[in-house]
Amino acid sequence: MCLGIPAQLVEIVDPEAKIAKAEIGGVRRDVSFALLEGEPRIGEWVLVHVGFALDRIDEEQARETLELFEAMGQAYEEELKTVRASTVDGQAPESGAES
Amino acid sequence: MKYLDEFRSGELAQGLAREIEATAPAGREFALMEVCGGHTHAIYKHGIDELLPERIEFVHGPGCPVCVIPIGRIDDAIALARTPNVLFTTFGDMMRVPGSKGSLLDARSQGADVRMVYSPLDALELARRNPEREVVFFAIGFETTAPSTAVTLLRAQAEGIRNFFVFCNHVTIGPPLKAILDAPDLRLDGLIAPGHVSTVTGTSPYRFICADYGRPVVVAAFEPLDILQAVLMLVRQIADGRAEVENEYTRVVREHGNERALAAIEQTMELRSSFEWRGLGSIADSGLRLREEFAPWDAERRFEVPGKSVPDHKACQCGQVLRGVVKPWECKVFGTACTPEHPIGTCMVSAEGACAAYYNYGRLRRRGSVPA
Repeated sequence: MCLGIPAQLVEIVDPEAKIAKAEIGGVRRDVSFALLEGEPRIGEWVLVHVGFALDRIDEEQARETLELFEAMGQAYEEELKTVRASTVDGQAPESGAES
Repeated sequence: MKYLDEFRSGELAQGLAREIEATAPAGREFALMEVCGGHTHAIYKHGIDELLPERIEFVHGPGCPVCVIPIGRIDDAIALARTPNVLFTTFGDMMRVPGSKGSLLDARSQGADVRMVYSPLDALELARRNPEREVVFFAIGFETTAPSTAVTLLRAQAEGIRNFFVFCNHVTIGPPLKAILDAPDLRLDGLIAPGHVSTVTGTSPYRFICADYGRPVVVAAFEPLDILQAVLMLVRQIADGRAEVENEYTRVVREHGNERALAAIEQTMELRSSFEWRGLGSIADSGLRLREEFAPWDAERRFEVPGKSVPDHKACQCGQVLRGVVKPWECKVFGTACTPEHPIGTCMVSAEGACAAYYNYGRLRRRGSVPA
């Protein structure tokens, strides 16, 4: 769980609460950019950890890291599963979601 | 090496391995600690251990946030989850960690309202949507994760959300490393420090390892080539007689870390005088709790928790695995009574735990030994 997942910012949702929409491994969800220095820009790549953009990364590096995570299998799959199982903007997280 | 063959940079990896072989002084063994569970997972998944000369050995560190939570805190979490009207939220990794009487998953099957969340923001959202419930978030993790809890607390304060509570188990990376370096039963020659934690802390928390213990440290990312590069940087330092903090992960980690993240932690949390770690016992100044200003959101102040220290399962050697003094396959229950499906200890529960990594990638015995 200490991995950061590369994600691309696709929309600024709430500038006051510092919430943006990001695409993470094919899933769109809200992430906080409260920890990111400077203003976020649409299209830029960030490292997301438990719903927070921790830092910017460049696109090439983001793609390499994503490829690697896909090859890593289990750990990444579980991380993605939790991204899908839990949202802050859609329906409430499923109470029946398995760990 | 079967995994590395599938990795597209296999040739580069072989090249780095040859350079490590040529650089590491001959005629002695090296114990290098990879502090982070993410590194442990990557090393065994990609067979990096099998690529290196036999005189270089990886020792697994305490950097798996799930693995280091002691049984007593799991029992506290389960007691909170069973409190009437509490909606208990946790990262999925913690669901199956056994306490002294079952796990959070067991508590849920017995009727407790336990929900898996990806982010503390999801727990806060549950509090917004369920104003009649008391939502508790099981906060675990090192400096990578603590800022997320901190920002979530600041949101709760700003919005005046009073039915959201944090059960704070955040920990810091420096003190357990110091405890391991002080232990008489382990000799380390160098440390690979975790990349993603260091995006928050910067490289400064590791300086004492060089200054006080004379050991080299390299901060590294999680890709196989990064880990090999870090090993090369460490053996170069050893060969040169240097002990410095070097940064392999310069593309993200800066010397001073993420100042916003550190400020958010500072604003909401303070050091506990001591915190209990699985296998390491109580360590001074190693855990965080909420500051007085955030007392209204502190689950430990709002609810009764048992707060008892509970010894580990007798047969389980997670404690020694976390201190690097025992290899997973040396534990009596490894792979027999303790498997990822039915874990006894935390190191088998988390995908990033050393036991799970050994089990999943077939490191069931000492390298080079004949299969039983």
